[in-house]
Amino acid sequence: MAITATEGTESPRPSLRRRRSKLRARNTLLGWSFILPNFIGFGALTLVPIIVLFYMSMTNWNVFGKADFVGIANFQRLFGDGSFKIAVWNTLYYSVLHIPLTFVVALGLALVLNSKLRGVAFFRTAAFFPYITSIVAIAVVWNLLFSPDYGPINEFLRAIGISSPPGWLTSSDWAMPAVVIVSTWRDMGYYMILFLAGLQTVPRELHEAARMDGANVIQRFFNVTLPALRPTTFFVTVMLTINSFKIFDLILVMTDGGPGQATLVLSQFIYRKGFEESQFGYASAASVALFFMCIVVTVAQFLINKRRNA
Amino acid sequence: MTEIMVPAQERKGLRKLTDESPRERRANDISPAKRIARILGYLVLIVAAIGLFAPFVWMVMSSLKSANEVFSVPVTWVPDVFVWNNYVDIWSKSNMLVWIRNTLLLAVVVTFLQVLTGSFAAYGFARIRFPGRDVLFLLYIGTIAVPWQSYMIPQFILLSNLKVSNTLWAIILLQAFGAFGVFLMKQYYETIPEELSEAARLDGLSEYGIWRRIMLPLSIPALASLTLLTFVNTWNDYLGPLIYLRNPDLWTIQLGLKSFVSNLYDTNYALLFAGLTISVIPIAIIFTLGQKYFVEGLATSGMKG
Repeated sequence: MAITATEGTESPRPSLRRRRSKLRARNTLLGWSFILPNFIGFGALTLVPIIVLFYMSMTNWNVFGKADFVGIANFQRLFGDGSFKIAVWNTLYYSVLHIPLTFVVALGLALVLNSKLRGVAFFRTAAFFPYITSIVAIAVVWNLLFSPDYGPINEFLRAIGISSPPGWLTSSDWAMPAVVIVSTWRDMGYYMILFLAGLQTVPRELHEAARMDGANVIQRFFNVTLPALRPTTFFVTVMLTINSFKIFDLILVMTDGGPGQATLVLSQFIYRKGFEESQFGYASAASVALFFMCIVVTVAQFLINKRRNA
Repeated sequence: MTEIMVPAQERKGLRKLTDESPRERRANDISPAKRIARILGYLVLIVAAIGLFAPFVWMVMSSLKSANEVFSVPVTWVPDVFVWNNYVDIWSKSNMLVWIRNTLLLAVVVTFLQVLTGSFAAYGFARIRFPGRDVLFLLYIGTIAVPWQSYMIPQFILLSNLKVSNTLWAIILLQAFGAFGVFLMKQYYETIPEELSEAARLDGLSEYGIWRRIMLPLSIPALASLTLLTFVNTWNDYLGPLIYLRNPDLWTIQLGLKSFVSNLYDTNYALLFAGLTISVIPIAIIFTLGQKYFVEGLATSGMKG
């Protein structure tokens, strides 16, 4: 009511209104002038490709750039494509292993590093050095560490009594777990930093109060720390999921999808169809699938989080 | 190429992460249960330390072995004879110099453009009110959930049509205008009191002047974070160069080292490890010098993963 009243009194003064719309126009111009240098690049190289993607997925675009509209034919072909099914399956398999493992390791590490032990300050930063090391270096080094006959990992396993340790990257059963181990090793420092930042916001008084009420360490963790950490855990889960769905470069350098198709993931399927076989239209259809996997999971997580907070 | 953000209130807690001293507590008033917990904590730290650093130690040690010793059984961690010559030979037996020159050029140009356009746009988002601004920012944030892998194909077609694929320009265009810098800087700008800009405005400074004379100097920590993260990111990028740089003269160090693995049938792994170590050293130095900014930047908004 109050708002309509003020608007009512202002309307007979057109000069003020004109001045206001002039200010607004000035601000719009000013705002865009700041944003434009970045937006030209962002729009042309991110937004436009995302929109074009949907069109391309419905054409038979090939290396000659000649494209006919084929409707949903690419998608029908995808559903019958054995490699595509394997790629989706492997992506989900990787995610199911990688998400909980990284979550638990990163949170555990953050809890230890949030304590007052000696040396934690050093660890807080050192733990994410793997995250900023190049994927090529990581992949080559771990490939040798995992080497079935010459690698230190299997030598260690033999030393503690495991007579026939797994073949890791040469075995189709163990290649994916090996990749998950490396990606967890690489990513845990990053998510640990996020958890640490979240832990710093948990009010100390809550812990003190819970302790007064006789809650032990484990009860305090589940009833105080975890609920207070919810914004962080939500964010970490979303990022972990998206990053798992799009896993690519590590696999490309470590296993190249092998042995056989044991570690072929969705991103690599797109890469192979697009850049190795020049079937750009078909690869775009697979890209649309990846796009929707990420969007759907993100939106679902947002909705669940919202309901929980309500 | 995802970029991410963390609720702003977490940033404040983060400041304490790097410079908090762990030695506050006295050791005398500790109960047995607490002592066990501490010992357990140290055990976890030691295991984590071994797990974290063993691969790096292995890499550096292997770079000093002879070609055969890399695959010796039983595994030797410390080489019998330190073959320092690997670090001399790698330069003559590969194109390292060209790769490093290309990578350095890309990293510097990309970082400069990203910091400049990112902080400029962030000012528009953080301080100027105009219709459509929030929708536009939502569009920027929305790309968090869209992996680069899903639109790399139309992007490649676009850049090919612009005749920039197979040039260094492709990587510059690809990396320099990320939404990443915009997020990071906007987050930081919003912690700077509005009154400062207000005072400057009354003194007759234009908005561009406020950005240059007030906001830029005040946001040096965030600029440092962004600079370091972008530099490291571009230095390490593998997929972008893999797709766009076909000409060996344009290869970056990551592509070059990878080709070193796959091209030679009898790869000299000791030599390869020397190359890998050389490629990691600049990152390690930058990381050591600017770890505080890395932690803050990573926690505020991450890099592509």
